[in-house]
Amino acid sequence: MRSSTPWGFADFCFEREAKAKRRNQPTDRSGRRIEVPKNRKPVDSVSAAMSATKTRTSSFSRNFLAANSHQIPGLKHGPNGIMFISSGIPDLDKILGGGFSLGSLVMVMEDAEAPHHMLLLRSFMSQGLVHNQPLLYASPSKEPRQFLGTLPSPAVPKDDKSSHRDPDEEKGLRIAWQYKKYFGENQQSFDRDGKHEFCNEFDLRKPLERQFLSGKCIDCVSIQDSPNLITLHDRCATFLSQFSRSDGSISSVGRIAIQSFCAPQCEYTDMEWDMLSFLRSLRAMVRSSNAVAVVTFPPSLLLPSFSIRWQHMADTLLSVKAIPDEDKELEKLLTGYQDMVGLLNVHKVAQNNTQVPVILEATTYSMKLKRRRFMVLECLNQAPIDDSSGSSYGTSGSCSVSSKTGALDF
Amino acid sequence: MEQGGGLLDEALGDLSRRVVLLEDCVDTSAAFVLHHILKRSLSQPPHSTSNAVVFVAFAHPFSHYDRILRRLGCNLAAQRDNNRFFFLDMLMDCPDEGKNSDCGLIALYGKIQKTISALAQENNCVTVMIDDISLMEVAAKGSTNLVLDFLHYCHTLISESGCSLIMLNHKDIYSGTAKPTLILQMEYLADILIRAEPLATGLASDVHGQLTVKNRGIYDGHEGSRNKVSNFQFKVKENGVEYFYPGSKT
Repeated sequence: MRSSTPWGFADFCFEREAKAKRRNQPTDRSGRRIEVPKNRKPVDSVSAAMSATKTRTSSFSRNFLAANSHQIPGLKHGPNGIMFISSGIPDLDKILGGGFSLGSLVMVMEDAEAPHHMLLLRSFMSQGLVHNQPLLYASPSKEPRQFLGTLPSPAVPKDDKSSHRDPDEEKGLRIAWQYKKYFGENQQSFDRDGKHEFCNEFDLRKPLERQFLSGKCIDCVSIQDSPNLITLHDRCATFLSQFSRSDGSISSVGRIAIQSFCAPQCEYTDMEWDMLSFLRSLRAMVRSSNAVAVVTFPPSLLLPSFSIRWQHMADTLLSVKAIPDEDKELEKLLTGYQDMVGLLNVHKVAQNNTQVPVILEATTYSMKLKRRRFMVLECLNQAPIDDSSGSSYGTSGSCSVSSKTGALDF
Repeated sequence: MEQGGGLLDEALGDLSRRVVLLEDCVDTSAAFVLHHILKRSLSQPPHSTSNAVVFVAFAHPFSHYDRILRRLGCNLAAQRDNNRFFFLDMLMDCPDEGKNSDCGLIALYGKIQKTISALAQENNCVTVMIDDISLMEVAAKGSTNLVLDFLHYCHTLISESGCSLIMLNHKDIYSGTAKPTLILQMEYLADILIRAEPLATGLASDVHGQLTVKNRGIYDGHEGSRNKVSNFQFKVKENGVEYFYPGSKT
């Protein structure tokens, strides 16, 4: 039946392309093969040739290369005609396959006792300001604008770059265990050499310079005293109307950050259905505009069934959790436990314009602060087993990442 | 291991005059079954002249479905121009804005009814699809009765005019509630129940989850097995879905 339709040929083309992709042999437009380091993920590439092979996953999609694709800083083409903007954390971008996709609603489940969601929120906001993208920030504090003073500043690219690389890279030899750690290295240096930076690394101890904050379109809303969500809804609607996706070209990109949406300070917290319908219309508005909204919320404050409704509402769903200070068992199980500040779980990755779910290698990542400044996300690595503690079967038995995440799921 | 959805089609059987309920959860979306049924209803079977689909979209805009269905080999935009695909976009025009909260759903029902009655004159087989009942609940500001009324009206309408109704809801929302009236009533209405779940061992890149299809069958007496339950696993791809029995994946 399929071959009788005009789509039969297209299906064939598509399969052929899929096969070519499976062989992992990207070619540039003239057909030459490009040498790619073996384990590098093509998604993060900035080079034009690579993005050409990447965006054309179907024979139907337009060839974006012709329209110079990198005219707007901070935007990247992804598969299925979606565009990515950076989350402000290079590792998170990589995990999500390129960043937050334009038009998606990202929800972050907070740890009720720790402010780790703020790290994600700050990076997201700072990255937008560095790329000159308008921002709407809503928070349950009295003076939301004060929060802007705590935003991190991008790390100085050149001189800092060499110094913050692992010192053992200079050495000729290193002990190679947990090989996966080293796979990303070539890739990263490649990214940095690109013409513009899609994603900056942020120095969490240095505040963002005034020049980024002044003269920009930054809208701050306090949701503490508003008795209902109409004001916030209207502010979001007017903010998003600048970025409507009516014509094909993208002139600018907006970011919305809403912190602790159902915090008890807000007067509307008992209106569960109102909050849901706000989220629903926010999602619909964002979907039809060139913007990304990040909403953080403490799920423990919601009824379980509402918490799941909220989770269904999200296009991309993340959760953060602090790790206890003195957890001896966990400490024995994982390497680098001392440097970890928390765990990040990826529950759902946006599936706009596709039906294929994104299956990640691991869903739990450790959040670490490199030199107390830069946030990095790493897969959990199991600690080498001490000979003396070899008796415990559990630790030696599970060495794959996925089986471990089961134990750490929350 | 066929791309076209052999096992699923086998389990579903004939969909005309049936009510199908899809249930999924946060980890595993059942939207791909919706896409499959949409494609199946629009592609012309040999015995009928033409089919039509009324699609009520709460979750995703037209562009999303258009792109996915194009990959599956079905051009929604062309079908829309041929008056075989009717897309009711419920994302933006909030049914309840400013007015009485039931206006939206009544208006929606009115639209569906008008479309079906217009199509009925041409003797078409119409499929009504609703992509997210939980969002309809949100649109009705949490009034379960309103949604249930809507569904009962729809049920009556489609059984009168010989259409079929396909709807999707999220099962896990109701698992913690004391009185999950809505999902229970929906399950009661449904002739075919399809449940998508992740594997107990978590998500894998080879197996995206498992489907349980409970087919109540048409009650015509001579078939002995009225309740047919099939269980298989799936892997979603861009241009189709692979279905296979547990353990048979090579």
